[in-house]
Amino acid sequence: MYLKNALHAATAISLIATYSAYADTITIATVNNGDMIRMQGLTDDFTAKTGHNVEWVTLEENVLRQRVTTDISTKGGAFDIMTIGMYETPIWGANGWLVPLDNLSAEYDVDDILPAMRNGLSNDGTLYAAPFYGESSMVMYRTDLMEKAGLEMPKAPTWDFIRQAAAAMTDRDNEINGICLRGKAGWGEGGAFITVTANSFGARWFDEGWNAQFDQPEWANALNFFVGMMAESGPPGYATNGFNENLSLFQQGKCGMWIDATVAASFVTNPNDSTVADKVGFALAPDTGLGKRANWLWAWALAIPAGSQKVDAAVQFIEWATSKGYIELVASKEGWANVPPGARTSLYENPEYQKVPFAQMTLDSINAADPTNPTVKPVPYVGIQFVAIPEFAGIATEVSQEFSAVYAGQQTVEEALAKAQALTNDAMEAAGYR
Amino acid sequence: MARAVTPKRKMINTIVAWSVGLLIFFPILWTILTSFKTEAQAINDPPLFLFFDWTLENYSVVQERSDYMRFLWNSVILAGGSTLLGIIVAIPAAWSMAFVPSKRTKDILLWMLSTKMLPAVGVLYPIYLVFIQLGLLDTRAGLTIVLMLINLPIIVWMLYTYFREIPGEILEAARMDGASLKEEILYVLTPMAIPGIASTVLLNFILAWNEAFWTLNLTAAKAAPLTAFIASYSSPEGLFYAKLSAASTMAIAPILVLGWFSQKQLVRGLTFGAVK
Repeated sequence: MYLKNALHAATAISLIATYSAYADTITIATVNNGDMIRMQGLTDDFTAKTGHNVEWVTLEENVLRQRVTTDISTKGGAFDIMTIGMYETPIWGANGWLVPLDNLSAEYDVDDILPAMRNGLSNDGTLYAAPFYGESSMVMYRTDLMEKAGLEMPKAPTWDFIRQAAAAMTDRDNEINGICLRGKAGWGEGGAFITVTANSFGARWFDEGWNAQFDQPEWANALNFFVGMMAESGPPGYATNGFNENLSLFQQGKCGMWIDATVAASFVTNPNDSTVADKVGFALAPDTGLGKRANWLWAWALAIPAGSQKVDAAVQFIEWATSKGYIELVASKEGWANVPPGARTSLYENPEYQKVPFAQMTLDSINAADPTNPTVKPVPYVGIQFVAIPEFAGIATEVSQEFSAVYAGQQTVEEALAKAQALTNDAMEAAGYR
Repeated sequence: MARAVTPKRKMINTIVAWSVGLLIFFPILWTILTSFKTEAQAINDPPLFLFFDWTLENYSVVQERSDYMRFLWNSVILAGGSTLLGIIVAIPAAWSMAFVPSKRTKDILLWMLSTKMLPAVGVLYPIYLVFIQLGLLDTRAGLTIVLMLINLPIIVWMLYTYFREIPGEILEAARMDGASLKEEILYVLTPMAIPGIASTVLLNFILAWNEAFWTLNLTAAKAAPLTAFIASYSSPEGLFYAKLSAASTMAIAPILVLGWFSQKQLVRGLTFGAVK
């Protein structure tokens, strides 16, 4: 009898011990945006399915970038999952800082990830981060103002049409600006926008020998066009406007057009926040007929740092958060318009999601972006609104500061391009590329 | 001879003082007002000052999303712990510099202050690596020590300034009466310097409370204080100004109340010795 009780007790203890060993607590660093906050609210579903608990560290995007870079480069192990973007993923993957996601389950269906996203989050064919949501950029415009101007927005407009429409929609007396675009300094703010604009004008950051190309006419054309159009039809002080400032202007009905991230579509069509929610149309980002559109590609993705001690639980979380099942979970609780967009092919085949007004344009925009072939002329780098090398963030921030000084009227286009050319070549030489 | 203050001059002084005070306080007031608006009202142009539909929704959302008490408790421990530790180390240091100065005392004081001139990010990696090795990452103990070290030069300088106002003869008299060094510092010097010590404590508590570089970079989920709580509501892609304002108001409220109640002590301490 004694032996039997002892055996029962031993079995119970080992079961508890096994469960305790199995149930991990993982720490996830993430950014503060609507989709990520929604995911935090749904974490109980993951815990119920796996037994693992989750601790969230939510930070502002730039703070997060600095925080996770410090941790991953020192193998600090403070986080088990990091939310990173398309810029960091291939660089960190090549450095051996990330756990390869090459053992995902068959049920996860990795082939369902949109090819553009999968390529952008891989290095040498190995996936290092799973896209939680993806975005490109597109034209959002006021259908009522376009009609009033007697124009019709084509599905794939040119820059000349955009400039013409912007001028026609501008009504300074009523504080309506024909077009609102980013001018704020920062590689991910105004720097990203002017880079994709320049791509569509045939410009590139570097030639095949990593020589800066700001002294070429394509950059001058792009920058002169941008500055001219904004002077005619842009809001005053656009040199300090980023995503949030333009979102605010558009939602208050003060922009005829806004070219920015596709995720903004859900904000400007939300009647709780936007005064123009029922008057918004969408079109592809413009081009100049050279074969490249002015749209970018970005994904917020989940990756596991090489220093994590809880890789198995982290993989389980990534499979849960970026799965088809998670998309269905969000749709069932908050509607199809609120599911994380731009990551999976199957989402765009779903008849329910096809009813969302901006769904098809988001997919078309993402498909129109090719990070491995981003410019008209050949380049030695991957990335559309960025160049996937570690030095780029620093260089592009400085270059965008020079451009913002042009927008603010503090220097000429020629002066800014000359400075950009010099500082970029200096930095590339110091880094050993030239 | 004291300068005569006419009623007119007094009125002008009062108006100027209130105007400057309101100007300085305005960003905080605006943050508090914004926290009671909806997100749409928060970005309204022209800005809405007082006449809008006041709502507590942002506070409710923030409470629901974040464990405010955990962040608050961490802030109290870190600010309180680092200030207390700093005072314990700084009182003997300031005593020796004020009453037993050497040829190099001034140089040492300047050297201590010069460490404050180094950009914090310059030593981020060495400190981060030390923290990893010692297992101090994301711990309150580790962060308390760092906050104490970064505020120590200010604590020593402030205490040194106050101690120099105390006549050395009083301490000498205590020694002649047989007081040991410990008794001299504990029972003679410290009680006389209470206003100065109190203001040093208050100022350093506020500095530690507001410190937002190390508290963000050396923490993750466990030891994160209110600075991380605020950072979690900031976003470059999405308009969450009302919620960010609610989080900021909740983060500054305790220190604002503390400052309000202790302002007399703080002013008295900061002007201690200024008028003979």
